Amino acid sequence: MKDEIQTPADRSANLKGMGCSRKRVEDVRFTQGKGNYVDDIKLDGMLVGDFVRSPYAHARVTAIETEAALKVPGVLAVLTAKDLEPLGLHWMPTLAGDKQMVLADGKVLFQGQEVAFVVATDRYAAADGVAAVEVEYEELPVVTDPFRALDPDAPVLREDLAGQTEGAHGPRRHHNHIFTWEVGDKEATEKVLDEADVVAEEMVYYHRTHPMPLETCGCVASMDKVTGKLTLWGTFQAPHAVRTVASLISGIAEHNIRVISPDIGGGFGNKVGVYPGYICSIVASIVTGKPVKWVESRMDNLMSTAFARDYWMNGRIAATKEGKITGLWCHTTADHGGFDACADPTKFPAGFMNICTGSYDIPVAYLAVDGVYTNKAPGGVAYRCSFRVTEAAYFIERMVEVLAIKLGMDAAELRRINFIREDQFPYQSALGWEYDSGNYHAAWDKALTAVGYDALRQEQAQRIADFKAGKTRKLLGIGLTHFTEIVGAGPVKNCDILGLGMFDSCEIRIHPTGSAIARLGTISQGQGHATTFAQIIASEIGIPADDITLEEGDTDTAPYGLGTYGSRSTPVAGAATAMAARKIRAKAQMIAAYLLEVHDGDVEFDVDRFVVKGAPERFKTMKEIAFASYNQAIPGLEPGLEAVSYYDPPNMTYPFGAYICVMEIDVDTGEHKVRKFYALDDCGTRINPMIIEGQVHGGATEGYAIAMGQEIVYDDMGNHKTATLMDFFVPTSWETPHYTTDHTVTPSPHHPIGAKGVGESPNVGSVPCFSNAVHDAFRPFGLVQSHMPHDQWRIWKIADDLGLHG
Amino acid sequence: MIPAGFEYHRPADLTSAIGILQEHGDEARVVAGGHSLIPMMKLRMAELGHLIDLQDIDAMKGIAVGGDTVTIGAMTTQHELIVHDGLGAALPILREAALQIADPQVRYVGTIGGNVANGDPGNDMPGLMQCLNARFDLTGPDGSRQVAARDFYEAAYFTAREDEEILTAIIIPIPAPGTGSAYIKQKRKIGDYATAAAAVLVGDGTASVAMTNLADTPIWSEAAGAALAAGDIDGCAAAMLGAIDPQEDMRGPVAFKKHVAAVVLRRAIDSALSRRS
Repeated sequence: MKDEIQTPADRSANLKGMGCSRKRVEDVRFTQGKGNYVDDIKLDGMLVGDFVRSPYAHARVTAIETEAALKVPGVLAVLTAKDLEPLGLHWMPTLAGDKQMVLADGKVLFQGQEVAFVVATDRYAAADGVAAVEVEYEELPVVTDPFRALDPDAPVLREDLAGQTEGAHGPRRHHNHIFTWEVGDKEATEKVLDEADVVAEEMVYYHRTHPMPLETCGCVASMDKVTGKLTLWGTFQAPHAVRTVASLISGIAEHNIRVISPDIGGGFGNKVGVYPGYICSIVASIVTGKPVKWVESRMDNLMSTAFARDYWMNGRIAATKEGKITGLWCHTTADHGGFDACADPTKFPAGFMNICTGSYDIPVAYLAVDGVYTNKAPGGVAYRCSFRVTEAAYFIERMVEVLAIKLGMDAAELRRINFIREDQFPYQSALGWEYDSGNYHAAWDKALTAVGYDALRQEQAQRIADFKAGKTRKLLGIGLTHFTEIVGAGPVKNCDILGLGMFDSCEIRIHPTGSAIARLGTISQGQGHATTFAQIIASEIGIPADDITLEEGDTDTAPYGLGTYGSRSTPVAGAATAMAARKIRAKAQMIAAYLLEVHDGDVEFDVDRFVVKGAPERFKTMKEIAFASYNQAIPGLEPGLEAVSYYDPPNMTYPFGAYICVMEIDVDTGEHKVRKFYALDDCGTRINPMIIEGQVHGGATEGYAIAMGQEIVYDDMGNHKTATLMDFFVPTSWETPHYTTDHTVTPSPHHPIGAKGVGESPNVGSVPCFSNAVHDAFRPFGLVQSHMPHDQWRIWKIADDLGLHG
Repeated sequence: MIPAGFEYHRPADLTSAIGILQEHGDEARVVAGGHSLIPMMKLRMAELGHLIDLQDIDAMKGIAVGGDTVTIGAMTTQHELIVHDGLGAALPILREAALQIADPQVRYVGTIGGNVANGDPGNDMPGLMQCLNARFDLTGPDGSRQVAARDFYEAAYFTAREDEEILTAIIIPIPAPGTGSAYIKQKRKIGDYATAAAAVLVGDGTASVAMTNLADTPIWSEAAGAALAAGDIDGCAAAMLGAIDPQEDMRGPVAFKKHVAAVVLRRAIDSALSRRS
């Protein structure tokens, strides 16, 4: 046989298992325009829905006139809240325990809110129908400032909550207040602050932005009135959860709902939530008996489906005069918009913001978050991060810089003397997390050496001298960040969404000829699951990755899981994949032993086969074992070779990284150029280095956008000012910096393969790194804090305020 | 992002196009590359009954480089300006500016005629045409006439073109040998309109200076040009700053735009001077 002359290394390479930069199997269809996205789905008789949206941020809806719209050729129906009310569907529950209007019920709370749903034979007729619906509004005072929203005389936004002093997350103290969430030891922290040598205080604002996946949100709902079965295709990051929630909301039995996530063109958190378009499409399909499609336009997406961030983080950090951090205090005002539609685990209304002690050994800390209603779109999703981890990382990485200024210290050295040491892991943080593993000092030193940190500081000093001497108008900023993420939600004992535990799953079936199919409870939105999960299986059971089909996203076939967001796929479903593979390997061992006529314990796994210990010429390959499992009667064993694993992780995983950015800044125009961006990531065991590098490039580019220009802006009237890609910054290849990637490997001790997840690290780490570079350039001239995004006029304003324009 | 219904016309010659304009009056609009008009239609900010597509009118295409002037058909794309053999030598500033318009995909379809005719203050070509002292050929039911670019722009989206006229060609005088030129544009990203852009020509005792997106029309300042011709760069900048009237938008506040306008202008002057021979 051919493989008898192959070495174990050859056989291992043939598997394309873990550690191999296997090319993405998805890209054949994606790069040829042959993907199958929601908007590619076309069914016989399919109708199209489109929304009438509010032009006002806060108004009473006094009348909706649909007669003219119903006369538009092709328009079949116009749904309003009155039509949904008998079904109890004019409001829907949000993932955060609040409720949200599906269609305007008497008033609107943000510009772009859904007011009526027009159903027509095609999207042109639907748009004409939308234009023909006449809505009478009575404008109300608008609140866009979350601090102003808590004034005693602020307008009442949520009249439906009148008199409710208890919300989903505890007491409400004001009519626009949603919750207060407190973690840590307030008294002890304030005592440390009172007695500290040095305290730095700063308001750190992480502005409102939007995940803006290239593909907008959408669905196709098809109710088969004969079978009573509802099929719902959609851009869902959590198809199984959508099925359960749809069943609970609609009363349709769960076995009669099939949810399918086809190819998804990016999610980044935007596609986790439940949106009015889904409900309206389902109702419209039930009413008309025909499939109904709803797909957002770009403006719909930027105006109405979930935003991210919008956290005002007021911080105080205490230290000894030598720079040892002794305490951290944070009060956050969180602007949630008109409805609280955050996508967080239920017990964490501010997500994992309590990872805000970062990479540092801080003995005592306190965090309080107040959620507030304003006249803005709802959301608050984790835009390429685990829940509110980017906000936390930005906060602590800014506070460390602010402290360095106060102490007159080098910010790299300040970090180094405060890192959690390798011998402290597992580490109990002051705000309640158990960091599983890390070696921060090693990563930091590697990063500083790689960029030539000392030489950069010398160059910067020369630049400042040249600038002061009038020889240059460009400053040099060196941005530093060491971030620690918390991903892989999560242990069912403390992580659920609407009561659904956040385990995940994998089912593997080996076919008689030794190839396989695996199905998972997650869903790729571009992450390359079909490539990487096959690599885990290949390494675990010795079947080449190329011989393994991966399927996700169809709730009728895939095992139940909570989906893909918060970098949870590899930490949770990846673990389930390894565990299911190990069940198969255990059975394969028994089959091999039977075939080789030895005891189970006398064979051992060797890349792609079981060999008799001490007699390597006696073996059975996985191919032979697979065939035998189906076709040979083996005493004591059922036929077949398949397994399923539902994995409830014992802890989160804690990827970390050291990022350094070198940026040139033109003080006269506010323009910048990223000269170098170095990203060292430690995501534990690396499954596919090429995909990791791609993830880092993508995440850092989104981080670059956020830090340097991307924002959702409202004016005082609540008008959305950034609803097109003219003003909402998405970098092209021209603006995108070049990245240098690097890594260390500190495997997770509790994960079956030691992997931690990486998709979101580069967004979490790069935003403070770019921002710190801007701040660092102006530090010698007295800048302490300037809010993002650092677009041209804001950088110019920093220089102007510091008197650098002469 | 779905436009209201409209009739689509695709005439093969100019006379037919003008005939359709006459027939439908202000219900009709011509479309060249469509990069300004079609987004407005999709937003339903422009609603029109008749769209007249000019792309089949061959007489409106092409670039002719003569001894004293360059004549460019209005339907010539930005891409064609960039890759044309003789144009880069005769009018290097035109190629330099065209390369700063949007991105390659837009430049394959977007035309110089559409860019100058629409009266959009964000477009790059109107200011450049004023700097170069170009003339526009306008043809209507009563024949053709020429209007100087410096007299063409009245307010945002309002120009000297009559409703039944079509801008068919652009005639640009070739600057004297040795003239230095530069087009410098600050923008937020590829595809954006200018935060500020400056077109500068500097010859032997002559100069012309225009700026873009700093008022509701392009700004050509005779005084700024005269100052520069006399070698007074500060005077040139002061005259131009006195002429512009920028508005706050997402690119930044007025003070920032004025500051950047001066910086961009001075950089364009430096560059043009360095290219003078």
